[in-house]
Amino acid sequence: MSNIPGDLQYTRSHEWVRALADGTVEVGISDHAQAALGDLVFVELPEPGRALKAGEACAVVESVKAASDVYAPIAGTVVTVNEQLAQSPELVNSDPYGGGWMMRLRPAAGALEGLLSAQAYAAVTAGA
Amino acid sequence: MPFIPHTDEDIREMLSAIGATSIESLFDEIPTALRTGSLQEIPAGMSEMEILQLMSARARADGRQLCFIGAGAYEHHIPAAVWAIVTRGEFYSAYTPYQAEASQGTLQTIYEFQSMMTSLTGMQVSNASLYDGATALAEAALMAVRANRRSKSARILLPRTVHPHYRAVARTTASNQGLRLEEVAYDRAQGGTPVEALRDFEGQDITALVIAQPNFFGVLEDVDTLTDWAHAHGALVIAVVNPTSLSLLKPPGNWGGRGADIVVGDGQPLGCPLSAGGPYFGFMTTRSEFVRQMPGRIVGRTVDLEGRPGFTLTLQAREQHIRRAKATSNICTNQGLLMMAGTIYLAMMGAEGLERVAAACMARTAELTERLAAGGAVRRMFAGPVFHEAVLALDRPAAPVLAALATRGIQGGLDLAEHYPELGSAVLVCATETKTTADIEAYGQALAEALPAVRAA
Amino acid sequence: MSLNLREPLIFDFSRPGRGARGQWPAALAGPAVPEALRRRERALLPACSELDVVRHYTRLSRLNFSIDTHFYPLGSCTMKYNPRACNAAAMLPEFLGRHPLAPAAHGQGLLACLYELQEMLKTVTGMRAVALSPLAGAHGEFAGVAMIRAYHRARGDLERNEIIVPEAAHGTNPATASMCGCIAREVAVDAEGDVDLAALRAAVGPRTAGIMLTNPSTLGVFERRIEAVAQIVHEAGGLLYYDGANLNAILGKVRPGDMGFDVIHMNLHKTFSTPHGGGGPGAGAVGVSARLQPFLPLPIVGRDADGDQARYRWLEERDLPQSIGRMASFAGNAGVLLRAYVYMRMLGREGMQRVGEFATLNANYLSARLQQAGFEAAYPRRRASHEFILTLKRLAQTRGVTAMDVAKRLLDLGFHAPTTYFPLLISECLLIEPTETESKQTLDAFVDAMAQILREAAEDPERLHGAPYTLPVRRLDDVRAARDLDLAYRGPVA
Repeated sequence: MSNIPGDLQYTRSHEWVRALADGTVEVGISDHAQAALGDLVFVELPEPGRALKAGEACAVVESVKAASDVYAPIAGTVVTVNEQLAQSPELVNSDPYGGGWMMRLRPAAGALEGLLSAQAYAAVTAGA
Repeated sequence: MPFIPHTDEDIREMLSAIGATSIESLFDEIPTALRTGSLQEIPAGMSEMEILQLMSARARADGRQLCFIGAGAYEHHIPAAVWAIVTRGEFYSAYTPYQAEASQGTLQTIYEFQSMMTSLTGMQVSNASLYDGATALAEAALMAVRANRRSKSARILLPRTVHPHYRAVARTTASNQGLRLEEVAYDRAQGGTPVEALRDFEGQDITALVIAQPNFFGVLEDVDTLTDWAHAHGALVIAVVNPTSLSLLKPPGNWGGRGADIVVGDGQPLGCPLSAGGPYFGFMTTRSEFVRQMPGRIVGRTVDLEGRPGFTLTLQAREQHIRRAKATSNICTNQGLLMMAGTIYLAMMGAEGLERVAAACMARTAELTERLAAGGAVRRMFAGPVFHEAVLALDRPAAPVLAALATRGIQGGLDLAEHYPELGSAVLVCATETKTTADIEAYGQALAEALPAVRAA
Repeated sequence: MSLNLREPLIFDFSRPGRGARGQWPAALAGPAVPEALRRRERALLPACSELDVVRHYTRLSRLNFSIDTHFYPLGSCTMKYNPRACNAAAMLPEFLGRHPLAPAAHGQGLLACLYELQEMLKTVTGMRAVALSPLAGAHGEFAGVAMIRAYHRARGDLERNEIIVPEAAHGTNPATASMCGCIAREVAVDAEGDVDLAALRAAVGPRTAGIMLTNPSTLGVFERRIEAVAQIVHEAGGLLYYDGANLNAILGKVRPGDMGFDVIHMNLHKTFSTPHGGGGPGAGAVGVSARLQPFLPLPIVGRDADGDQARYRWLEERDLPQSIGRMASFAGNAGVLLRAYVYMRMLGREGMQRVGEFATLNANYLSARLQQAGFEAAYPRRRASHEFILTLKRLAQTRGVTAMDVAKRLLDLGFHAPTTYFPLLISECLLIEPTETESKQTLDAFVDAMAQILREAAEDPERLHGAPYTLPVRRLDDVRAARDLDLAYRGPVA
């Protein structure tokens, strides 16, 4: 049973989204995803300032057995990325919703549609 | 039949265990219409004795001549121990080291190879080898496109002084992957690539500049100026180098202010016999920051469950069997045995031995060009300093001269007419440490005999 | 500086003043390298005695498994015996010392071998023409897909950039499609292991350049409806590419050309027994049907009649102006090609037919016995080709023992593991290919070892998680290897 915090939103491709007070959103990958990947050895993050479309591949998470794309959950611009992950990619495994955050985006207008609630995402991972 | 150990009794027992009546019945899922008849055009099998007699006869018919051809493949003395070790069954018939615990011999050798190549080239990381020098250059071009984030053009500057076969292989690769290869002219007097030839590309988006050292003509390029030009214009530098020469020449990691970015070449001079063109091995080294863009296998040192050090393939997530369509390359092999020969050769020769070989090659080539020029029909084409090859200009057509030398047991060099027709009558010659003064004298004599029969152009 | 390795690094045997001086040429006075281009600091190469070098690498060799020492049932790799005669012939001094650019007039013996190899490969695969220069299987794949693209472009059909690949395909296939600027499109495979024809029909269209298939497939079974597959793809205007990795199963029994394939690559280091060398060199010869012949990569050996003498030469661009071009520095891995030639001559026509027969006999026998011992086959109702798949899914669920654990324990018992976790479609799988050169005795010993592992799984599964125990190292921390990259020794060197 993976951990799926109720106060976040999700995508089918296993990213999570947290709305922050300043209007930006924080993005990472779910507990289900990090467990499937195994111990991460490297995380490649996008450059701040890059404009992303919803669903666009924008980061890569690499474990020993797989290198997987991370997709932008919404359209927006990269404001900042988590520099800690360069030294400690394992934060994604140990704390996927906290210290393992990957990037903060400024959402494009009307971008926050189409995300899954925690229950809907739980159904997705149960079926997986 | 020769390698199949089954007796009739074995076959009976095995069919019984399967519950089948005949071996033929095991193919019953294959539509009958597809089944092949007998392979009549293939001759009947031969015993080992018979095939070795045939091969010996063919080899004898080919014979051996005195070889003064370089052009990307060089005759060097290979210590007898190198291939005695490499052809041991434990290396020769081993598989790719995916099961690391059962492959520490192969993996440690690769680690030692990586260590020696990074140092020899002055860079920080190496892979476990690629197919050959030409494909390594093509891979480097693709890697430069991935690694140079600021450039969007995928334009690679490829001087004409780079080996024509390497440029052809790059074209075969490029045409399928959207690379744009741009030719750069060479200086007719010096035989190198002047920075002036790059002026046409100023102010444009260039992804990488390729610099060959020594270049195809044997000439030494002004690597510092060219490297600095590339970096000043936002381009990466891909160095194509001869590993023997690196014992005497400034390594690419020290070129210009920042050093080259990707280094490739052919490892054939290190312990690989000429063998009619292959197998050889390509090498690739680069900066640490580009390690994840590098194709091919990489071995890393780690520890086992008991804390003991050991070696394993690493960064495999980039490779075809995991990343599939997004792999850095489709490459599935390295040139294991050849890379191993290269490693043992380097260990055997050491830095000082390699310096001796390089210096002897330079000396012999100078001796050769002087001896051949003595007759007057031949002179050095280019004024620039050379490593162990030089282009000679002849005062009469090269092809008949070379043919006449061949009948006298001398392979005189490579006729450049096909790739550099603008040079007129020109031959690329090479003398390595394997050539003696007597060999060079033999060439001189044969040339003197051959020349009169060929009219000046 | 000892790292406590079982065998130290070669650098550990280095001392200032040591060297294998018998290998150095005499010091010769010659031109100096210009000052600005001179190397200042020596490279980190060891200075060792010749004996230390020989001893070190000999000891390293003894840490390896190899075909010469162990049974290697690696699916899709065809680890058959590498006959030493092939090596002896390829290393004859006149062949070994030949420069690639030496005149053809002095290489007729070598060229005859390569020409005859081309001809034999044509016959055995049913293709119209063969080129030998690709340097490995994946390199041959690249040539094959590049030729398909060139063919469509030459017809003015520029829209075709999709390559269809079954979901069970080897990773090189979609990687190759990408390398050729194409998009890989996966189609499903049905429960019996055949390509799903309905899915295939839906996937083909005006963008289809071709399909890449192995037959028998990577699932170890024959693609029974291959003629239908060929028809569907050809009717949509696409071409068929054959991945020759599994050619050993059908050698002498079925020919890819007869199945409708337009282009194939062969892995000479698999089917034709050239050495695996710990990771190469291979050779990936390609064969084509008539419509792709103009696009073959160069160079190829051609033959001209000269009275009743054959004269061989290298064909060049003017002979094949639509060629996709040159693939390698020179003519390919000639030394590997000579080994394959000798192997094919020793086998001869009957020998080649027996390869397919006995590879298939061995695989079906091993599959039957392992199932009898309690293992689960992935496709129990199908004939095995030259390989078959076991799934350890139930064992993983009930005892927590994975394919990885079984593989590692086999190493302790003196067998190299089969291929694991490929194809990706079958969970906890072992892909097992015994090859035709293994005796019933060896196969029975392997079955005994696997049966022992099943017993251990029942009695003491924990023990299996820690295997292997008897090898030079235990299981290695590959997470650490990827996170804390140590890819080169940096010194000091004495």
